[in-house]
Amino acid sequence: MARIEMQEVAHSYHGNSQNLEDYALKRIHMTWEDGGAYALLGPSGCGKTTLLNIISGLLAPSQGAVLYNGKDVTALPPEKRNIAQVFQFPVLYDTMTVADNLAFPLRNRGVAPDAVRERVLEVADMLDLGTVLNKKAAGLTADAKQKISLGRGLVRSDVAAILFDEPLTVIDPHLKWQLRRKLKEIHEQARMTMIYVTHDQVEAMTFADQIVVMYEGEVVQIGSPEALYERPQHKFVGYFIGSPGMNFMACKAEGAIAHVNGAAIALDAALAEAARKASGKLEIGIRPMHLEVHDTPMADAVPAAVTFVEDHGNCRIVTLALDGQTLRARIPEGQTVPGDKAWLRFPPQWTRLFADERLVA
Amino acid sequence: MEKWENNRAWFLVLPVFVVVAFSAIIPLMTVVNYSIQDIFGPGNAVFVGTEWFEEMLTDSRLHDALGRQFIFSGLVLLIEIPLGILIALAMPKKGWGVSASLITLAIPLLIPWNVIGTIWIIFTRPDIGLFGVGINSLNLLDVPFDHTARPSFAWITLMAMEVWHWTPLVALLCYAGLRAIPEAYYQAAKIDGASAWSVFRYIQLPKMRGVLTIAVLLRWMDSFLIYAEPFALTGGGPGNSTTFLSIYLVKLATGQFDLGPAAAFSLIYFLIVLLFSFIFYQALLNVGKGEKIA
Repeated sequence: MARIEMQEVAHSYHGNSQNLEDYALKRIHMTWEDGGAYALLGPSGCGKTTLLNIISGLLAPSQGAVLYNGKDVTALPPEKRNIAQVFQFPVLYDTMTVADNLAFPLRNRGVAPDAVRERVLEVADMLDLGTVLNKKAAGLTADAKQKISLGRGLVRSDVAAILFDEPLTVIDPHLKWQLRRKLKEIHEQARMTMIYVTHDQVEAMTFADQIVVMYEGEVVQIGSPEALYERPQHKFVGYFIGSPGMNFMACKAEGAIAHVNGAAIALDAALAEAARKASGKLEIGIRPMHLEVHDTPMADAVPAAVTFVEDHGNCRIVTLALDGQTLRARIPEGQTVPGDKAWLRFPPQWTRLFADERLVA
Repeated sequence: MEKWENNRAWFLVLPVFVVVAFSAIIPLMTVVNYSIQDIFGPGNAVFVGTEWFEEMLTDSRLHDALGRQFIFSGLVLLIEIPLGILIALAMPKKGWGVSASLITLAIPLLIPWNVIGTIWIIFTRPDIGLFGVGINSLNLLDVPFDHTARPSFAWITLMAMEVWHWTPLVALLCYAGLRAIPEAYYQAAKIDGASAWSVFRYIQLPKMRGVLTIAVLLRWMDSFLIYAEPFALTGGGPGNSTTFLSIYLVKLATGQFDLGPAAAFSLIYFLIVLLFSFIFYQALLNVGKGEKIA
C-alpha cells in the first residue's frame, strides 16, 4: 500500500536528449493516491507502457524521481520496490505447476510455506484455478495462462501497487468482462492501488474511479469518467472518449457570437468572457449527444444540411454539414430525424471552448 | 464423384525410392553382404552366417576401443554442453560485441577437420609449439609435454582440440535459444523477485530445451564418430590409447583388409550410434513433461 508520486518524470529512449521529439514521456508530474483504481488510457504508442515500467522500476527515467510514500525509489530495481506487474501476454514458468507458479513471487521473498499455501489457495479460488493447481502450466489454454499471470500479480497482498499492462488482450470477450469484474471486486475488498493500462475506453470506464488520459507522452487529463466526458481538458480527450467523438469547429469570437465561417453561434456570458480572454487558435466543441437537431427554424439555431444518417438501433448518428464543417449528432430513439435541412442549437451549458487545443470554458 | 483405384500413383514415389536406394540402402546392403560372407576374391566367396559378428562382439580390442569411445564422448558432452551454455549466457546481447563474438565463435567451425589436427600438433609441439614450449618452460611436469609421450598427454591434447573446435557450435545454438526468449519473461522474473539462478533454472534452461536437444545429439554423434583428429595427431597412439572405434575400424578394413569383420563391425557401430541418439532424443523430449502430483 503506498502513495506513488511522480516528480517531473521524463523519459527518452535515446539517452538524455535535448530534442523534445525524442521523449517518449514528456513531463509527468502527478500522484497516484493509495488505494485508488486507476486506468491509464491512451492510443498505442502514447507512452503508457513506458510510464508503467518507470513506476515498477523496469525502466529508469531519464529525468525526475519516483516516490513511494515519500521515499525516493528512482534508483531501486523492481524486486526492491515491492510492486506487482502483469504483462500483456502470459508469462509462465513452464516447468512448474500452476501452484508453484503462483507461489513463486512469495517463495522468492522467503514467505513461510504455510502462509504461501494459504495465499495460493486463496488466489486460485479468486481466479477459478483450483482445479488445475497441480497441473503443469505449459499445457493450459491462453485464458488459463493469463489468469496465472494475473494470479502471480495478485498473490502478494502487501504490494505498493499492482500494475496491469493491457492484461486482457488475449482473453475471450465474455471472460474478459468477468475478469474485469473480478479485478474490480478484488480492488473493492483489498483496497490495493491498481493501475490498469488500456486503449479501450469502455474497459477504462468500467474498471477505474479515476482515468488518466495520455497523449503523445503527456498526461492530458486525470478525472472521473463523467468529468472526461463532460469537460474534456484537451481536444484529444474529446475525440478519444465517447463514440463518436466530440465535434470541433474553428471559430472567431465577436462579443457573444462565435462565427464559424458564415454561421453565427450564440454564446452565453461565461463563454463570451472566456473567448475574449483566450489567445491562440479558438475552437468550439460539443458532444454529438448534446447537439440539438430540429426540423424547423427556431431562435439561436443555425441551419445545416443533413448528409448521412446511420441507424445504430437504439439511436441514430446524423452527419451534418454546417458551412463546410462536418458535425455529428446523436439522436435518441423516438425523436424525428430531419429530412435534408436541419436547424442546430448549441446549448450553452454543453458548449465548450478550446484555445490551442486546451479547454478554456 | 466416383472414385477409382489407380496404382500408377506409385510411380510418383519412384524418384524418392531411387535416391534413397543409391544414397542409403545399396551402400548399406553392400556392407551387410560383406558382413555375412568370407570373400577371397571376385566370384570366390563363402557364406559364413553370423561368424564375423560373433568374432567382433568378442574381440577384446573392440571392447577397449568402445570403452575409450564412451569415455571420450561422455567427457565431450560433460564439458562442451555446460561450457557452451556459459559462453552463450556471457555473450553480449546488443551492440558491436554481438557480431564480434559471433565471428570469433564461428572461426573454429570453418576450419577443415584435419587442418585442426595439424594446427594443434604444431601448437603443442615441445620444440616449436607455443603451448608445448610454454608448459615445458614452467617445469611443472616430470616428463616434458609431448602428445606422443604419454596417453594422458594425447588425451589432453585431443580433448582440448575437440572442445576448442566444437564448443562454439553449442554456444551458438544456445545463444540462438536465449535470444528467442521474449523480454517480458525477464521483466516478470524481476517483478517476481527471482534470483539469477532462478531465472536460469526456470526460464532460460527450459526455453533452451529444443536447442540443447539438437546440441547433445550433434555432439554425441559427431564425437562418437571421431576420426580425423586422433588420426592426424597420433594415428591412435601412443599405443592404442587414442584408438577409438573408427580408427580401429579403418585399421581393420584398410590396414589388415579384413573386410568381413570390418563390415560386421560397421553395422554394430551404426546400431550403437542410432540406439544412443534415440535414447537421448526421447530423454530430452520428455524431460520436465511428467506431471507432479502434490
